[in-house]
Amino acid sequence: MANPAIEIERLTKDYPVGFWRKKMRRSLDHLTLQVDEGESFGFLGPNGAGKTTTMKLLMGLIFPTSGTARVRGRSINDVRMHREIGYMPEQPYFYDYLTARELLEYFARFFGFNATERSERVTRFLALVGLAGAADVQLRKFSKGMLQRVGIAQAILHDPHVVFLDEPMSGLDPVGRREVRDIILDLKRQGRTIFFSTHILSDAEMLCDRVAVLVEGKLRGIGSPGEIMSVEVHGMEILFEVPKEQTLPPNIVARAKNIGNRYRIEVAEEELYAVLEQLRACEGRILSVAPLRPSLEDYFFNLVGRQKAVVLPTEVGVQ
Amino acid sequence: MLLALVALPLLFVLCAALQVSIDAETRSMNLDQEELLLRSGRLLKNLSLGYEPLLADIYWTRVVQYYGRRARRPGATYESLWPLLDITTTLDPKLMIAYRFGAIFLSEDPPVGPGRADQAVELVKRGIAENPDEWRLYQDLGFLYSIHLKDYQKASEAYLEGSKNPQAHIWMKVMAARVAETGNSLETSRLIWAEVYASTKDELIRRRAMQHIQSLDAALGLKKLNECSEDYWRKFGRFPNSMQELRAAGLVSGTLQDPAGYPYVMGANGVPQLDPNSTIVLDLDQGPDKLR
Amino acid sequence: MSSIPGVVAINTFREAVRDRVLYNLIFFALMMIGAAILVGQISIGIERMVIINLGLSAISVFGIIMAIFIGVGLVYKEMEKRTLYSLLSKPIRRWEFLVGKFGGLLLTLVVNTSLMTLGLGLALYCVGGKFERSDATILVAVYFILLELALVTALALLFSCFTSPMLSTLYTLGIYVAGVFAPGILGVSQFTQNWAVAAVARFIYYVLPNFHNFGVIAAAAHGDAVPLALIWHNTLYAALYVILILVAASAVFSGRNLK
Repeated sequence: MANPAIEIERLTKDYPVGFWRKKMRRSLDHLTLQVDEGESFGFLGPNGAGKTTTMKLLMGLIFPTSGTARVRGRSINDVRMHREIGYMPEQPYFYDYLTARELLEYFARFFGFNATERSERVTRFLALVGLAGAADVQLRKFSKGMLQRVGIAQAILHDPHVVFLDEPMSGLDPVGRREVRDIILDLKRQGRTIFFSTHILSDAEMLCDRVAVLVEGKLRGIGSPGEIMSVEVHGMEILFEVPKEQTLPPNIVARAKNIGNRYRIEVAEEELYAVLEQLRACEGRILSVAPLRPSLEDYFFNLVGRQKAVVLPTEVGVQ
Repeated sequence: MLLALVALPLLFVLCAALQVSIDAETRSMNLDQEELLLRSGRLLKNLSLGYEPLLADIYWTRVVQYYGRRARRPGATYESLWPLLDITTTLDPKLMIAYRFGAIFLSEDPPVGPGRADQAVELVKRGIAENPDEWRLYQDLGFLYSIHLKDYQKASEAYLEGSKNPQAHIWMKVMAARVAETGNSLETSRLIWAEVYASTKDELIRRRAMQHIQSLDAALGLKKLNECSEDYWRKFGRFPNSMQELRAAGLVSGTLQDPAGYPYVMGANGVPQLDPNSTIVLDLDQGPDKLR
Repeated sequence: MSSIPGVVAINTFREAVRDRVLYNLIFFALMMIGAAILVGQISIGIERMVIINLGLSAISVFGIIMAIFIGVGLVYKEMEKRTLYSLLSKPIRRWEFLVGKFGGLLLTLVVNTSLMTLGLGLALYCVGGKFERSDATILVAVYFILLELALVTALALLFSCFTSPMLSTLYTLGIYVAGVFAPGILGVSQFTQNWAVAAVARFIYYVLPNFHNFGVIAAAAHGDAVPLALIWHNTLYAALYVILILVAASAVFSGRNLK
């Protein structure tokens, strides 16, 4: 049994709401989970589920109403814990007046590297996140995507054992997202523990050993991606092209949507081969055949829908 | 958090203790030397940007504190008192208390004040110019002329002028007549001071007025005793050696104490005097030598 | 390993230096000193006194403005802009952060005040030509101004931990003004007849930071010497009070949930 890198026990956070701040809104409800060392752990949930709240609690930015957590055996109240972790906040923002290099040098100072080591690390990690060219540009001139990269760089430049990433892919273009994915995979290869939150299902599937699903502050499920997300295939999707002269059979026309001469049709699994045969008859060119999976929103919607029948939403009143 | 709860009160106490020693040092340094960079009342008025009344109040507070601090230090001078009052009354010409304060304390001789009755007169006259309906200012003017400047003619005129105001106390008319006749008498002076005491609410002024009243009462008492002493000489051919002798001779009755509660003593040549321990201070021109 | 507060301090200093507003303030202060020379020409015979008076007053006023202007945003800005998120994930305690911020701003103020004092010295040299021994009091006056600035900075920092810049400015200014008029408060307790008012006034007098202690500009203008005991006691007072405020700020900030 590997050592737990992250242990969260009944972590709860209530926020006072309302004008008189008497009512409490529970944004995290007795979260309990463990992440082993070397694991890549995904924290899934729709917006407002409590993912960022959890991260902030672990980082000591906010304080729990009740419950505890430990990282690598140290309580989250212990400042020494922070030596071994890296954190990238959601939509990071840094000091306007510093350059990327200066920011990383500043943060590097907290870990006791000597000047040469600092300099070397900063250069290396700037290159790693693709910012070597913008190293001496002031951060206020950085785009969102560039800030995201700086965020990753500052999270890992001290080689932490555990890396916390809050929505690391948000705001990035497809190229950027792939780069970040590669970085995460690389970190995983190096044996680090990764804990990252996202609402993009496919990222979680690809990168995580295990995932946890958080909805409205409550842990709804935990396990490998496959276990959690039932591979409910709703049907098949066919993308195809048809030469202009050809006419399509009426059943297809009724159900297909097109832009120009590119068509898309959803069919039940049983009808797949029949439709394909029809298209072959019209000399249609098949572009792709793929199973239809529920989106994460559908998935959560399902979850929430199912749970609503059983449990009423939480609103803890305070005397 | 617990550390803070313990540390904070402790630190406050330490700071307070330090403050006490700092106060002692700044006092010795004469740090409150109140440099008035701007002595011109008119300039200040122009700079006030409409906040004259507020500034006047602030300057009035400074007047009181300036005087209070100075009065407690031996050998203090009061150079800034006049400029401060000048500024205050320029900023707010209707601040009556400032005129009275100036009248009383500017004219007081050292160590109680700078002894500048002339400045006090200028101040009060300015007050009269700005507030012709305030008959009390005429009272102050009369006070200055009779008590300090000893110009009984002008004093009488001032009281008379003030008495013309229909709201004026009948006292003003009485004083106008009295001062012209017996300006330099102790009784008249006492009446003037008694009126000052009765007509003002300011603590400092009342205290000072009471001091003068007691001083005058003592002087009056001494004067009467002196007359008894002379009676004794006429009767027995020599001056009495003590108060007891006077009393034994049936020439005095009642209390033989000064207003502070100390017994009068008989000095050489039958000149009655205050007890050396008495807290009463006779005004210079009411000393024992003036009695003969 | 360099101290954590020191690291934060250097960074705070760097931020202040790159903030252009600061240069405007210094420029104005130097202009004031220049104006003092002009004014000195008008009042014959006391040019030196006027220059010292106006110069030191300008240094003091602009120092206070800078201390408050930057101080009230020290923590507030980092909370609002969320730059604190990544910073606090590093091995840094919350009080180390506060002390570093305080140190950085203080360092900035020391540098600026020194520059302005040099300007003042230059002005005096232009007018007088030589320095006298009694001018040492000017340096003492500048030192006392720095002590004042330390106190004001600490106050601004404290309020910055939990309220908006505008309110922080009001509170800090309020306490500063009250502290300057501290002798007046003591005066109330001495002149009033009401013993309850006297007791309250006396209590307030000792609790408030007494800025009047540091007011030796008049002495500097006259060339009077400042007793060493006072220098020592004022230093101690300022240090203790700053520690007091920083302890309070730490207590407030350490329990604060960041948004």
